[in-house]
Amino acid sequence: MSVIGEGLAEAVRLLVTLDPEVMDITLRTLQVSCTATFISVLIGIPIGTVLALKRFIGRGFTVSMVNFGMGLPPVVVGLGTWLCLTRYGPFGALGLLYTPSAMIIAQAVIASPIVAGFTIAAIQSIHPKLRLQILALGATRIQYLLLLLWEARLGILAAVIAGFGGVISEVGASMMVGGNVRGYTRVLTTATVLEVSKGRFELATALSTILLALAFCITAALSYLQQRGR
Amino acid sequence: MIKRIFIASLVFFCGFSFTGMLQVQNAAAAEPKVKDIILATTTSTVDSGLLDVLIPKFEKETGYRVKTISAGTGQALAMGEKGEADVLLCHAPAAEKKLVDEGAVVNYQLVMHNDFVIVGPTGDPAGIKGKTSSEAFRTIADKGVIFISRGDDSGTHKKEKAVWKSIEVNPQGQKWYHESGQGMGATLLMASEKQGYTLTDRGTYLAQKANVKIDILSEGDKALLNIYHVMQVNPEKFGKVNSEGGKAFVEFMIAPETQKIIGEFGKDKFGSPLFFPDAGKQM
Repeated sequence: MSVIGEGLAEAVRLLVTLDPEVMDITLRTLQVSCTATFISVLIGIPIGTVLALKRFIGRGFTVSMVNFGMGLPPVVVGLGTWLCLTRYGPFGALGLLYTPSAMIIAQAVIASPIVAGFTIAAIQSIHPKLRLQILALGATRIQYLLLLLWEARLGILAAVIAGFGGVISEVGASMMVGGNVRGYTRVLTTATVLEVSKGRFELATALSTILLALAFCITAALSYLQQRGR
Repeated sequence: MIKRIFIASLVFFCGFSFTGMLQVQNAAAAEPKVKDIILATTTSTVDSGLLDVLIPKFEKETGYRVKTISAGTGQALAMGEKGEADVLLCHAPAAEKKLVDEGAVVNYQLVMHNDFVIVGPTGDPAGIKGKTSSEAFRTIADKGVIFISRGDDSGTHKKEKAVWKSIEVNPQGQKWYHESGQGMGATLLMASEKQGYTLTDRGTYLAQKANVKIDILSEGDKALLNIYHVMQVNPEKFGKVNSEGGKAFVEFMIAPETQKIIGEFGKDKFGSPLFFPDAGKQM
């Protein structure tokens, strides 16, 4: 109990005093996870839209692959990315292993299927007659797509929230491809693991608290956006 | 109105991620690739806090950036064997010798030592206190008391397996034998929670002492010496290895000044040093 109490106090102290190392870790966590979420939105929303609207051979299989991908274990993604990025691996020439970019790649792989899956559900839950009506009113293809996405915005924001939540909380992939290098690829989750193995539970609790606060702020902002005007 | 707020926040979110991308790229541009050194090492040098003292000093003096990958010695050696690291700091001389013989690593230098100790519950239910390592292990096996093994092919795990082998006991699969599969710090915590015995390096135990309810029960055995070597991954065998950086790190580790810091490390906090500097000595 005292550890939790002291951890909370330590979290407050670190935040109030703007501890440079903790600020650095927090900022990097935000940068990596936001960038990864952004990339997954660029990949996931178009794929989700196509899968929701188009009928083609193999669509059912692709959709089930996306749904399967929503539950991809981060540690498996981490291992796969690690193997691809090692010096003598297929993409070794890029020299990306143990960099924030490698973490962004792994996290984007984790989040993209989540965003795509939620997008499919969001667009398919739009009333089918609405689609006909939009077309009947003479919308161009682009207008049609934009209107559909706009109508599905609640679900799509849920997709972004879920994708972000998935990546900011994962530790397996970040640890493997980032290497938890101090001042370079250390993020809140990997720092917590390290502090636990060092036996510094108060600091670990403090870092966890900061991570929770960060995740809460971002998701709260997105939820506010989603629920506005409801 | 809602639409505008929606777009504004989207722009903000994207903008933030872009600054992220830019900063990431800037950082990469400011530090050319050859400046990066990948150091694969055992968890004990990281968990004890020693590298937190040495690495910043090395980086400041040389301008290199060290990417410390803290893994078990098994993984660290495997990374060296595949040319995936530039320099290794490990503590499994028998396994390291294989790499030296194969020519996977060069510039093999003795750095420091401490020792392994057998720790267990304060009351010592199995009664191993004061026994040698092999006697203690035999007693643990005979009485079937909980023993927590690292189980991760680390240097400590290799040492533990060697002791089991020397007394011809195969603990694998026994009910009292648990494999944690984690670093030394985490394994000590597990031993403390389960009130079991484990083999640990003294440094990590001292660093972790305040958090665990287990004591040193067997120590001072010659067989339990824990010797650390630093070595460069052979740049002639692996073209992508940062040979200059690796060489600089090896030289740094055996430099008199660094050796002095190693010898002093932990004295103020634990009353005794965690590691004993050995550079230049014969094993």
